Amino acid sequence: MTVLPDTFTDWFTRRGWSVHPHQADMLDRADAPALLLIAPTGGGKTLAGFLPSLAELADGTHQGLHTLYVSPLKALATDIKRNLRTPVDDIRLPIRIEDRTGDTSYTKKRRQRADPPHILLTTPESLALLTSYEDAPRMFAGLQRVIIDEIHALSESKRGDQLMLALSRLQAIAPDMRRVGLSATVEDPAAIAHLLARHPDPCPILHADPGPDPDIQMLTTAEAPPWSGGGAKYSIPAVLEQVKNHKTTLIFHNTRAQAELYFHNLWLANEDSLPIGIHHGSLDRAQREKVEAAMVRGDLRAIVCTGTLDLGIDWGDVDLVIQIGAPKNVKRLVQRIGRANHRYNAPSKALLVPANRFEVVECVAALEAAKAHDLDGDPRGAGPRDVLCQHILIAACAGPFNADDLFAQVTSVGAYSDLTRAAFDDCLDFCATGGYSLRAYDKWQRLLQRPDGDWQLRDPRSAQRIRMNIGTIQDTDTLKVRLKGNFKPLGEIEEGFAATLTAGDTFLIGGEIVRYEGLRELTVQVTRRADKTPKIATFMGTKFATSTQLSARVSDMFRQDSWPALPDHTADWLTLQTEVSKLPEADRILVESYEYRDRHYACFYGFAGRNAQQTLGLLLTQRMEQSGLAALGFVATDYATLIWGLEPVTDPAALLQGGALRDGLTQWLAGNAVMKRTFRASATIAGLIERNSPQARKSGRQATFSSDILYDTLQKYDPDHLIMQITHEEAMRGLVDFGRIEEMIERTKGRVDHVQLTRVSPLAAPMMLEMGRVPIAGEGRERLLADAAETLMHDSGLRDIGP
Amino acid sequence: MTGHAFTFCGSDVVARPSGCLWIAPSRTLCVSDLHLGKSGRIARRSGYFLPPYETTDTLARLAQEIAATYPARVICLGDSFDDLRAAEELSEPATRQLAQMQAGREWIWIEGNHDAGPVAISGRHLWEYRTDNLMFRHIATADPQEVSGHYHPKYGIPGGGAARACFVYDDTRLIMPAFGTYTGGLSATDPAVRTLFGARPIAVLTGPRAIPVPVQDSPRQQRSGGRFY
Repeated sequence: MTVLPDTFTDWFTRRGWSVHPHQADMLDRADAPALLLIAPTGGGKTLAGFLPSLAELADGTHQGLHTLYVSPLKALATDIKRNLRTPVDDIRLPIRIEDRTGDTSYTKKRRQRADPPHILLTTPESLALLTSYEDAPRMFAGLQRVIIDEIHALSESKRGDQLMLALSRLQAIAPDMRRVGLSATVEDPAAIAHLLARHPDPCPILHADPGPDPDIQMLTTAEAPPWSGGGAKYSIPAVLEQVKNHKTTLIFHNTRAQAELYFHNLWLANEDSLPIGIHHGSLDRAQREKVEAAMVRGDLRAIVCTGTLDLGIDWGDVDLVIQIGAPKNVKRLVQRIGRANHRYNAPSKALLVPANRFEVVECVAALEAAKAHDLDGDPRGAGPRDVLCQHILIAACAGPFNADDLFAQVTSVGAYSDLTRAAFDDCLDFCATGGYSLRAYDKWQRLLQRPDGDWQLRDPRSAQRIRMNIGTIQDTDTLKVRLKGNFKPLGEIEEGFAATLTAGDTFLIGGEIVRYEGLRELTVQVTRRADKTPKIATFMGTKFATSTQLSARVSDMFRQDSWPALPDHTADWLTLQTEVSKLPEADRILVESYEYRDRHYACFYGFAGRNAQQTLGLLLTQRMEQSGLAALGFVATDYATLIWGLEPVTDPAALLQGGALRDGLTQWLAGNAVMKRTFRASATIAGLIERNSPQARKSGRQATFSSDILYDTLQKYDPDHLIMQITHEEAMRGLVDFGRIEEMIERTKGRVDHVQLTRVSPLAAPMMLEMGRVPIAGEGRERLLADAAETLMHDSGLRDIGP
Repeated sequence: MTGHAFTFCGSDVVARPSGCLWIAPSRTLCVSDLHLGKSGRIARRSGYFLPPYETTDTLARLAQEIAATYPARVICLGDSFDDLRAAEELSEPATRQLAQMQAGREWIWIEGNHDAGPVAISGRHLWEYRTDNLMFRHIATADPQEVSGHYHPKYGIPGGGAARACFVYDDTRLIMPAFGTYTGGLSATDPAVRTLFGARPIAVLTGPRAIPVPVQDSPRQQRSGGRFY
């Protein structure tokens, strides 16, 4: 137990504050080897985490690093540093606090390793990098506490797995190190405690008072939401009105492209010139920092933003949160809403704005779930082995290691507690020799075993390459966007998007319309342009699949005969659907087919979430290919898959048979794009291919091309290779999400309603405009390609030339 | 047969979907940029272990082409090995497979920039070679009636998916696609390739079938790809 020194109590009293009960609890239990605090946003969670450290450091006797603070966001580390300064300076505590992120200067980083501060604020990636240095044992020797902020966000990704592996090494260096996790409200606190604890030790959970229920409503507008699209442009007058009536409003979007477009339209309608800013991950850092500073000063009335603002940064006086577009996941909605009224015991105020009619249904379902405290989430499986491979390489960078010791450390991590020695040895062999059944690299081993049994890098210089590739975040390759003749970048766009641009095309970035001029040395050159409608910026934010629970709620709503909870325009739309076709039922699959502009369309309503519907699309088009239906492509949403091709689908029930789908899966997994993308991610994390090399950074396109060939080659010659096994596991639970297809098959048991229409149905119409279409490489594509090439040859007159 | 048959500098040739060129009059099969042993070279130089199966795969596909065309002569148009050491370290089964393919036919290794120097593998080792009124060399020169490799061009057309390895030709020269499994390509519109040709070159895309298409100079820059290091 740690007692709060009088100077602290005085400081609290001077400010008219009192210590929250959960902050006092954290002090009482400061000796616990592991402790998880669950508190709503604004509950003084971070101070609760730091109070014991500040108290222990108050007498100035501790030498070197005492507390390590890890947060998922660089910005959060910077923000915390600023907030901690206030009590530390006011109470005149002899405590040095520094942050260390990818943005920290080289000299400062070097100095931090030689002379670490008392409190170091960092990110999982920067910590992993720190543990890769030979001097890590010296730097972390006196470490007393580790605070993991927003652990709920980290626990859902490989970043969390990497962090916990790093902690297992720190614990070996500093056996007295205590772990503290700070989490927002989650559906399964015990699961997070399991990840945080040093296995098999327990990790007690402290619950702070959750505070009053939030005040959430759907925004009512004079104009009805459109039939399709994700822009929610219709809501702009109503949203501006709300901004006027509140101090500061956060306007959340699900993707960056939507945020850009909305911001642009908001300013077109902003007659009072209300100060409104934009903040998302594609913006240049300097631009983002400008907006952040303006927010902290309270200069902005509204900020259009994406998930980058999801986490608990204290952005000042936010009194309204607006969510544009369906929230996809109730837990995330509740956490976002927590951003408003960042003060304890004041209800948060939030408005949901559906972007189209379908989202009206989803928003109403999400509202009901949030009111019922029905949070959603899918449990994660065992710790991913690609992250383990990277961990082994990081360990090797720090110096020779003993495999038994490392295995013992790894299995003290909750997510890896069930890892077998054989599985660990496979990963070690992969790191050492590539792990191929053809033992081609035994003489070029990356790691080799010394006579004393320890493992070390064969070539110490390879440590540099390994360090350059630390991390588990798969950032899509992006290109900087610059105004012509200007050095300062406006932001970044995805390379895939850049490739679709031709000179003269316009798109939005940082709220400006710019004209694409050309590519120059991996930079997109643009000029300012205000007179044209922008081509939509398709750079993506993360696309989340609607959770199983929320999908089920939506499907339940369709079962009703009337929809009193829905606005008239949406109820009318559903009624029209029942007249023209029918509504999907939970225990049946609805298939609608129709012809439109020489293409045959079939829409499969499976309610399995975006990823599973995407997989369904891939499996169905593969089966269609086998029966000569020449599918050309498909698009998937959270509720349905729309497939188009050159021939009509006449017997969808046959296509949907569970056994056939399962059989198709194995065969199909061999060659599809989603697997290749998953492979690329795992292969990069595990160190099979490099994201960064000391030479010029490879462009995204190169990596896509080459990793696809590697995948095909392994599939053909070494299908059981470790990375192929990892890819398979990942894909089943992640992008492939076959689990939810199984759930759909089980739920519907082969009951298929096929409705043949002469035109697009009301429910299918929005799908026709969805982004993210997946082309099928098959006979249909070959036919079109040959036709197109023939036309080009003919048109250019080249077909008839003879040399 | 889904190849693209055409007359090049007076000879009847076929651009095969596999990326091989068939020269009918002399029953010659030409193939370029095999880059055998590429994964081994990368492992040696960088410590990265790519799946070591590309040599097996490249040779298997070459064997299929030889079985399908039964050529009197095979020309490997340079960069057959990723470097000289890769040639020395060619595995026993791969060496045997090469010998089987060579049996009963003339085999010509043209020297490339990757494999310049003496290679102890049977066959004729030449800097350049002339047959059917055509000059075969690794890197294109200003001379007409030339077949070369080195650039391994690729090209795609809108709506046709990703760019594919391709032949590029006009009435004076032809550049071969790469045949090696791990060998990528340079866009046919890249100045390095484009400036070798006249006003209207034709690309023959490889894949399930050979698809001829005019190379159009678009403002969009097709990015090069597929080279690992």
